[in-house]
Amino acid sequence: MPGGLLRVVTAGSVDDGKSTLVGRLLHDAKAVLADQMTAVEAASERRGYAGADLALLVDGLRAEREQGITIDVAYRYFATAKRTFILADTPGHVQYTRNTVTGASTADVAVILADARSGVVEQTKRHLAVVSLLRVSEIVLAVNKMDLVGYAESRFDEIVADFAAAATSLGVDHFTPIPIAALAGDNVVVRSENMPWYSGESLLEFLETVEPSAGPDLPARLPVQVVIRPRSSDYPDYRGYAGRVEAGVLRRGDKVQILPSGRFSTVAGIDTPTGELDSARAGRSVTVRLTDDIDVARGDQIVVDGEPAPLVTREIEATLCWLTDRPLRSADRFQLRHTTRDVRAVVDAVESKLDIASVQPIAAAEMGLNDIGRVRIRLAEQIVVDPYVRNRSTGAFLLVDESSGATVAAGLVH
Amino acid sequence: MTAVLRSPSGSLERAWLTDLEDEAIHIIREVFGQFENPVLLFSGGKDSIVMAHLAMKAFWPTRLPFPLMHVDTGHNFAEVIAYRDRKVTEWGAKLIVASVQDAIDSGRVTETAGQTRNPLQTVPLLDAITSNGFDAVLGGARRDEEKARAKERVFSVRDDFGQWDPRNQRPELWDLYNGRHRRGEHVRIFPLSNWTELDIWAYIEHEGIEVPDIYFAHEREVVDRDGMLLAVTEFTPVREGETPRVESVRYRTVGDATCTGAVASTAGTVADIVVETAASTISERGATRADDRASEAAMEDRKRQGYF
Repeated sequence: MPGGLLRVVTAGSVDDGKSTLVGRLLHDAKAVLADQMTAVEAASERRGYAGADLALLVDGLRAEREQGITIDVAYRYFATAKRTFILADTPGHVQYTRNTVTGASTADVAVILADARSGVVEQTKRHLAVVSLLRVSEIVLAVNKMDLVGYAESRFDEIVADFAAAATSLGVDHFTPIPIAALAGDNVVVRSENMPWYSGESLLEFLETVEPSAGPDLPARLPVQVVIRPRSSDYPDYRGYAGRVEAGVLRRGDKVQILPSGRFSTVAGIDTPTGELDSARAGRSVTVRLTDDIDVARGDQIVVDGEPAPLVTREIEATLCWLTDRPLRSADRFQLRHTTRDVRAVVDAVESKLDIASVQPIAAAEMGLNDIGRVRIRLAEQIVVDPYVRNRSTGAFLLVDESSGATVAAGLVH
Repeated sequence: MTAVLRSPSGSLERAWLTDLEDEAIHIIREVFGQFENPVLLFSGGKDSIVMAHLAMKAFWPTRLPFPLMHVDTGHNFAEVIAYRDRKVTEWGAKLIVASVQDAIDSGRVTETAGQTRNPLQTVPLLDAITSNGFDAVLGGARRDEEKARAKERVFSVRDDFGQWDPRNQRPELWDLYNGRHRRGEHVRIFPLSNWTELDIWAYIEHEGIEVPDIYFAHEREVVDRDGMLLAVTEFTPVREGETPRVESVRYRTVGDATCTGAVASTAGTVADIVVETAASTISERGATRADDRASEAAMEDRKRQGYF
């Protein structure tokens, strides 16, 4: 976590109190400004609520405020003395699961809420499946509304055990359970005196101190976004390949290979407007010059020769999160977007899907909205991929509906 | 935002700013890679100044490969327009001005007495997008500005009426931005989505970017109106019962003069502004934007109709 930034996603079933939790977190972390609080108090009073409804801090859309539910992801920015946070507050309704996937795809930590009264329900398992599949490295189980079960330790333990069983089935090796009451603020920012049996951290303390795993040292990957050719009098022959280093480190002098063409060259320079760099690590947006005048275009990938190579392929096995009402069947055609490359794709076969109740794969010939399943995909051109478990950037793809342009699936390469 | 938002040590702040810069440049390059005819909205305000700066970095040493567009309400602060024109010349960029006054004169929109012109920007904006055939419109909106903006995607599709449908937004996964759209639709793109007001000022300080003088404390004739400090200008004359006074003020946001308030301040440098912003207990829009106060969902309602 260089820079101290942590990306957090919240997920939970409807009425588990996510917006209240986020509102409480912002409020108790003193991240709510005076005018925003005044607006929430006024809106709460207009609705006849007894006190300020902190959920109104985050439910920004008219329909959300009218119905008291969260429809779309809201991004919040706050900070404490220890760390800066980007918090994606996602909806609980099954029909909006695509927004949970949206929030989880970039998160370091997922906070999954469960209502202490209803415990682990199907939607809890679905959210757990999504965050484990997307490889969010830290998972918190926040058991909310502990006040409504008399702050009972036994009830908390039951829910943790249910959640642990589902986690094990999904291959999740650890998670952090925290008993909370978001409405009153127990264990959200300050540790609660109502649950003396709980000796762990409050949610905020956990978020301030957790160090998500940095991941393995990955081989360098630079998907080319744009070819920079100024053709100006100052730079008549300049030819640079602009893109972001998605993994590893690229250094001046590195012998590189351009994929999928397979040609070799050497990094002549790594340019930024404020000067040349000796090296660029993952996350940096740079422009690379090569020693040879070879054909490199948007969609190509620059990798370092001698490091483990990615797979160059026209066929992939993948897991999909299916995000639209229209069912997915074998032989359906799409546009596949992977790094900076768009290729035409056909789903050769739907092989199985995850049964959410049992958290086990079952045979299936098609996938419906919010299903998670395994497919085989054939492509019109080669792409340059790594398995998602090894590289979140070069292992992820979208399926896009060719006529509407809608994003219909999140894909993870096996 | 709180006073402890960023480490005062500098190292943490710089790392975070570098992350934000890299993300924004990545997004801007995707726009160039995916669209035929993008345009960058440029008002001379701090967010659009940072946008233009980032766009130039993204394509260096090539010149800015997009035109700039200003949706001009005709009620601007003179200092900002002077800054805008000077910068456009300096950068060798092309500027398109979509004029609210022209839209009023031609009867495309009707001005309501006593109302600000800010909401009237939607029609000339959409007209200019259509007549120029723009398929991507880059803007400096930030999610921290407003609760409806907190819901925006980075790539946000607008239908052929320019409308935003917040209930039916595309999932936005990883950083795989999907710019596909149908004929007549366009995509709004917000590379500064993850920036806060404080990040903008910290970045302006770090990069030494020039901003219009109106952002620094200066003596100005103001009146108290609707809980804001409003400058006395030709568009906002003193009303009956108001007593104008001269005060040291600066602007946190520079929109249309009729709805943009000033804040009392003595901040004379960007570094002073960073300190003041970090310590403020009032949000940027809450302090200075009258048009967001019209109703609980004022921004959402305008955005649905095509407002930026």
